[in-house]
Amino acid sequence: MRKIFIDCPEQIPCNPCVHICPVGAITIEGSITNLPKGNKELCTGCGLCVAACPGQACFLVDTEFKEGFASVDFPYEFLPLPTVGMTVKARDNEGQTLTDGTVEAVIQRESSHQTAIIRISVPTKYAYLVRGIKPITDFVKAL
Amino acid sequence: MSDSGEKSYDVIIVGAGPAGLGAAIESGKAGARTLLLDENQKPGGQLFKQIHKFFGSKEHFAGMRGFLIGEKLLEEAVKHNVEFRLGARVWGLYPDGCVTATDEENSLNFKGKKIILATGASENALSFPGCTLPGVITAGAAQTFVNVQHVLPGKDFVVVGSGNVGLIVTYQLLQAGANVIKIIEAAPKISGYGVHAAKIRRAGIQILTGHTIISASGRDQVERVIIAKVDENFNPIEGTQQTILCDTVALAVGLSPRIELAGAGGCEMTYSKTLGGVLPVHDDNMETSFEHILIAGDLSGIEEASTALDEGRLAGCRAAYRLGLMTLEDYTSKKVMILNRLAELRCGPFGNKRMLAKEEIWKKAV
Ligand code: SF4
Ligand code: SF4
Repeated sequence: MRKIFIDCPEQIPCNPCVHICPVGAITIEGSITNLPKGNKELCTGCGLCVAACPGQACFLVDTEFKEGFASVDFPYEFLPLPTVGMTVKARDNEGQTLTDGTVEAVIQRESSHQTAIIRISVPTKYAYLVRGIKPITDFVKAL
Repeated sequence: MSDSGEKSYDVIIVGAGPAGLGAAIESGKAGARTLLLDENQKPGGQLFKQIHKFFGSKEHFAGMRGFLIGEKLLEEAVKHNVEFRLGARVWGLYPDGCVTATDEENSLNFKGKKIILATGASENALSFPGCTLPGVITAGAAQTFVNVQHVLPGKDFVVVGSGNVGLIVTYQLLQAGANVIKIIEAAPKISGYGVHAAKIRRAGIQILTGHTIISASGRDQVERVIIAKVDENFNPIEGTQQTILCDTVALAVGLSPRIELAGAGGCEMTYSKTLGGVLPVHDDNMETSFEHILIAGDLSGIEEASTALDEGRLAGCRAAYRLGLMTLEDYTSKKVMILNRLAELRCGPFGNKRMLAKEEIWKKAV
């Protein structure tokens, strides 16, 4: 199952993740600058927070995506969008390429206000390290 | 042609950014005859350049993209009968509440019982050899080109400054298809939010801390810049120079309050390094040393759009209360609510310094 994974380590005044979650799986206790906590038990993997978070700090991780592979859902706001099946460079928070990944889904919803959610599969050991991909700049290849 | 007839209002607000709109909404809502003046042809201030999703709470429209927040606020102001006068550059403010402006052709005169200044900020420049070459622009200018005019002002960028403005503008340049080679930052660490920094680092952009720009050079425009490492006193270290080939340098080195009008109005000034420099002394009702002149937003200290919006709301309520359009009870409860929200935005490691600086200034006002 895809479950919430939050990487929002600084105390910034922000809480839309809390309000967008339909099942109350994200909480910020007390002051708005406190850090958000994700509750994996409650999370249904809907992905609303992934697209809504202005800090692009909410992810969904499925460690049992398929034998040896995990899936990671992350927000993506560059054009062109990747397409399903494409091989992409999966990157960590510092921009280091960790491994090749395969695009499994490209999700665009009206409610996401132009933020797409990309799901890629990567070897399981990278499940909690991947934060995005090298943007696709080759328009021709992407078509 | 001169328009000598002077129009009177309860509240005149100068500047239609988030602070001015917040003020206009509250004063209009309270029933004050409100005029909102702005030198631009479009209201919204910097909001319409902001295509990213905002932080903050629900009350600050968090998670919404900046330009959509602008549209929402505008709609609300119109609903509360706020009168807009766009393309009106205000150049004078007199002790009797007279405001003089020009629309390039006519001289416009208005009189207000209360004046709320929400003139915002201007971007700081940086001086180095070659800084006057075409291709050296401010980050705000780059943002206007890309997000408002939809043109790229260059191809290969070096961004100077890693505060939130530098980080956000870099992200938006990337979205527009520019090649951002590097961000350089003189401080030893990234100064903006980590989450903003992560967005561009994931895209592969290096943020080089502890480095400064030495010079820009080129025949008719920028063709290269030289950068160097700095020591703890921000002095360049000999022998660490590197050359970067680029055609555009975007400076994101801070903002300063636009105090000219407040100065013309005679408002007492003070200095706060944390809040961006010289700014008008004001209390926690947003009143300056003159009871009839209120301020809000970046003019009262460089912060963010959400703080500007709430300060504007507070100033609007205060003006309405002073005009007898709001009871003391109503005003007090609104004030407490808004100040609580502001205190939330001003806590944590990023906000706390600003809270303390604000309190220093409020103390000076008594
Ligand atoms: S994925 Fe859906 S259910 Fe899970 S935390 Fe995010 S918003 Fe809540
Ligand atoms: S919305 Fe995103 S950036 Fe804001 S607190 Fe939640 S996780 Fe952090």
